[in-house]
Amino acid sequence: MVAVVALLSIPLANIVASLFQAFSDVFSHLASTVLKDYVSNSLLLMLGVACGTFVLGTSCAWLTSMCHFPGRRIFEWALLLPMAMPAYIIAYTYTGMLDFAGPVQTFLREYFQWRYGDYWFPQIRSLGGAIVMFCLVLYPYVFLIVRASFLEQSHALLEVSRSLGRNSWQTFFSVAIPAARPAIIAGMTLALMETLADYGTVQYFGVSTFTTGIFRTWFGLGDITAAAQLSSILLLFITALIVIERRSRSRMRFHAAGNGRSQPARKAIEGWPKYLAIFWCLIPVSFGFALPAGQLLIWVIKTWQDNINAAFFNLVLSSFTLAAVTSILCLTLAIALCFCHRLIASRTSALLLRVGSLGYALPGTVIAVGVLIPFAAFDNAVDAWLIKHVNISSGLLLSGTLAAVIFAYVVRFISVSIQTIESGYAKIHPSIDDSARTLGKRPHQLLSSVHLPMLKTSLLTALLLVFVDVLKELPTTLILRPFNFNTLAVRAYELASDERLMDASSAALAIVLTGLLPVLLLSRNISKPKQQSKPQQQSNPPMNDSENSLRVNL
Amino acid sequence: MRTPSFTVKYLNTLSCSLISLLLVSSQIVASQTHADQAEVNVYSARKEALIKPLLDKFTEKTGTKVNLVTSKGDALLTRLKAEGKNSPADVLITTDVGRLYRAKRAGVLQSVNIPEIESRIAAQYRDSEGFWYGLSLRSRVIVYAPERVKASELSSYTALANKHWHKRVCIRSSSNIYNQSLVASMIAHNGVAKTDTWLKQFVANFAQPPRGGDRDQIKAVVAGMCDVAVVNSYYLGAMLNSKDQKQVDIANKVKLFWPDQKGHGAHMNISGIAVTKAAKNKQQAIALITFLSSAQSQQWYGAVNNEYPVVSGVKISDTLKSWGTFKADTLAVEKLGDKNNEAVKAMDRAGWK
Repeated sequence: MVAVVALLSIPLANIVASLFQAFSDVFSHLASTVLKDYVSNSLLLMLGVACGTFVLGTSCAWLTSMCHFPGRRIFEWALLLPMAMPAYIIAYTYTGMLDFAGPVQTFLREYFQWRYGDYWFPQIRSLGGAIVMFCLVLYPYVFLIVRASFLEQSHALLEVSRSLGRNSWQTFFSVAIPAARPAIIAGMTLALMETLADYGTVQYFGVSTFTTGIFRTWFGLGDITAAAQLSSILLLFITALIVIERRSRSRMRFHAAGNGRSQPARKAIEGWPKYLAIFWCLIPVSFGFALPAGQLLIWVIKTWQDNINAAFFNLVLSSFTLAAVTSILCLTLAIALCFCHRLIASRTSALLLRVGSLGYALPGTVIAVGVLIPFAAFDNAVDAWLIKHVNISSGLLLSGTLAAVIFAYVVRFISVSIQTIESGYAKIHPSIDDSARTLGKRPHQLLSSVHLPMLKTSLLTALLLVFVDVLKELPTTLILRPFNFNTLAVRAYELASDERLMDASSAALAIVLTGLLPVLLLSRNISKPKQQSKPQQQSNPPMNDSENSLRVNL
Repeated sequence: MRTPSFTVKYLNTLSCSLISLLLVSSQIVASQTHADQAEVNVYSARKEALIKPLLDKFTEKTGTKVNLVTSKGDALLTRLKAEGKNSPADVLITTDVGRLYRAKRAGVLQSVNIPEIESRIAAQYRDSEGFWYGLSLRSRVIVYAPERVKASELSSYTALANKHWHKRVCIRSSSNIYNQSLVASMIAHNGVAKTDTWLKQFVANFAQPPRGGDRDQIKAVVAGMCDVAVVNSYYLGAMLNSKDQKQVDIANKVKLFWPDQKGHGAHMNISGIAVTKAAKNKQQAIALITFLSSAQSQQWYGAVNNEYPVVSGVKISDTLKSWGTFKADTLAVEKLGDKNNEAVKAMDRAGWK
């Protein structure tokens, strides 16, 4: 565990080491001029995104997992769609539509004969706009994890609450939400980390945050040390966030007690609230996916002849392969880490797990540099050693290879896998481990025959989240990739940042569509095991999934 | 308890498989790049769409294979520095002079003397010691709404700080390299103190906090949010030649004004190329530079991206012709790199977001 975390921490260590270098005059210049803006904007952004993703994610998760209304089955997967939409793409798209010169405002002006200054229209490129953009594409993290949690929640808990006279709303707020808290926090943490790491959106919207500051210091002032020092402060931010969160629930644990998984009794919503539920779920789906995807589609129709060719399909293939390899690697490592933590369950192992997952909140660029420098130093050292002793030059072994790219992805995205698997583990009561061990199971048998089957949903979720994240990932690829290697995200970004949004639309839509495949696959698999377990439960009412798997495998 | 030994064993296996995966994939990639054919490895800050077609033509003409990585200028520079003498890159292409200047200072470039090219490219657009060469020119110009602004009201960048333009100017963020270069040229011409004063008044004239790209500034002028904007000429060119009729209509509603024609001349930046110190294919690299500065390639920059050629006497596109001739600033562009750092700090002090 120490070895893996140490390996994963190489880039972070590289960055934190900068704190021990002298603070240059560039840093004091930043501190006296713009640092205040970076801090306040980043905090406001986080606050807004935290509230937005919580409200959207949790409410939709509840509606689709615990209630019944027309279209629920469609919303179950449709609500995941915005996840395939990179934040910078949605930002460009909405700006194109809602900006002062965009079709919406132009129409209003022409229709009402208004001029600039005659009317008020929300400024899309602002802090508020950025918050809305992030909420629209990041709420699925909360939705996905919380929904899994609601489904895995002990329904006896909810039934007790109802039988004690609480209505659905009260049950929701006083039982379901507190019990789903680890999942909610996990989802929100992911969303917030992604927000902190974003560069494309905030840069385009002219909101100066830590990330834009890091880039500015590096690119504008050419001072990579000061940029790394800024990143370290960002890292402190994130660490503080995690510590506060852990403290606040230090002794609270919610494990599903004995009879965990009975089929939820979905409560049917009748009358006008039915339409309200449909409407509510439609909001994120249409604004986070349908509308921007529709706009992209319109652009693709106008430009596809210039952009879709054989080279384009190569892009799809390379993006897909990269995402698949990374997500499997992340999943394997995350299972190993979480399982070790489960076995050891010490403060040290908890700390290691946190350190291993710090990478997610750092901008991809920072991670990439953190990988680039030590890898190149390693390569050059090996080369020098070989030349000295055997007179062979090995050149660069790792730098500029796909291995470096994938390693950087793992550092950045393993947090996603860890968070998801951990929230799954939180629901497996430790007494199950004890029973298995008492019955003579060795640790690896505990993992393979007890934990993995019980974690199935969480594992799939983790796999999907990383897959989509890698598809969207940009700066890491840009900085570390080998010659003649291109991905969809790079193509989309290069064109979009050159303000050729229409030409970027093919690649952007392809990211969205490729992202859809695993989303659909996953949503099918999430609902499948339940349907299979249903007849079993009917035939042996007292037995539940976890006991089943124990019984079958022991 | 078997737990600890089991854990260690399990993780050892995992770590080993991770590392072997890294190595295997690196070997696959390495074997791909070691072909027998003559080749040249390019690190380019110019985006793929704006350089690949030319590189393909080079391959067609010379048979030399071109391997390409595109990224941001500073990222490529960091990569060059980290990889040191083992870097696979033979040439570095950037979209501004600042990065070339930094690369030279970082010691990752080498000086090459190519008399054939030196005679083609004016002295202010290449490094005095032959470390880098300009390939195309981009100018930062003023665009204005003719129904609200008369050309006679406009004169120079400096004059945009006058009270007359209060809340009437649009310009993008100070994070943008072209704005940094513009301010760097001011510092080079007028010194830091004067530039500081100018910046304060100039920033007070902004119609809105800077956001969006250069095209967005042009759109804002047309929409009436501001009356003048400072943008790179090729963005206006791109809009005029867009496949999207709406963009063409918007671009046709503004006019281009060449600033500072009675003073230093319009601010110019270059996109340029340099041979790296670690270059293993120096001959091919020089051949590539020669090719990119040939009349045929120089024409391409104008036709595809509305940039001006660095070589005089080359045929330019109709859009460029329509903007007429102008006086360009003769400041050696390496000064822009030199003053970039001071420019960013001055912009921070003035509160230019």
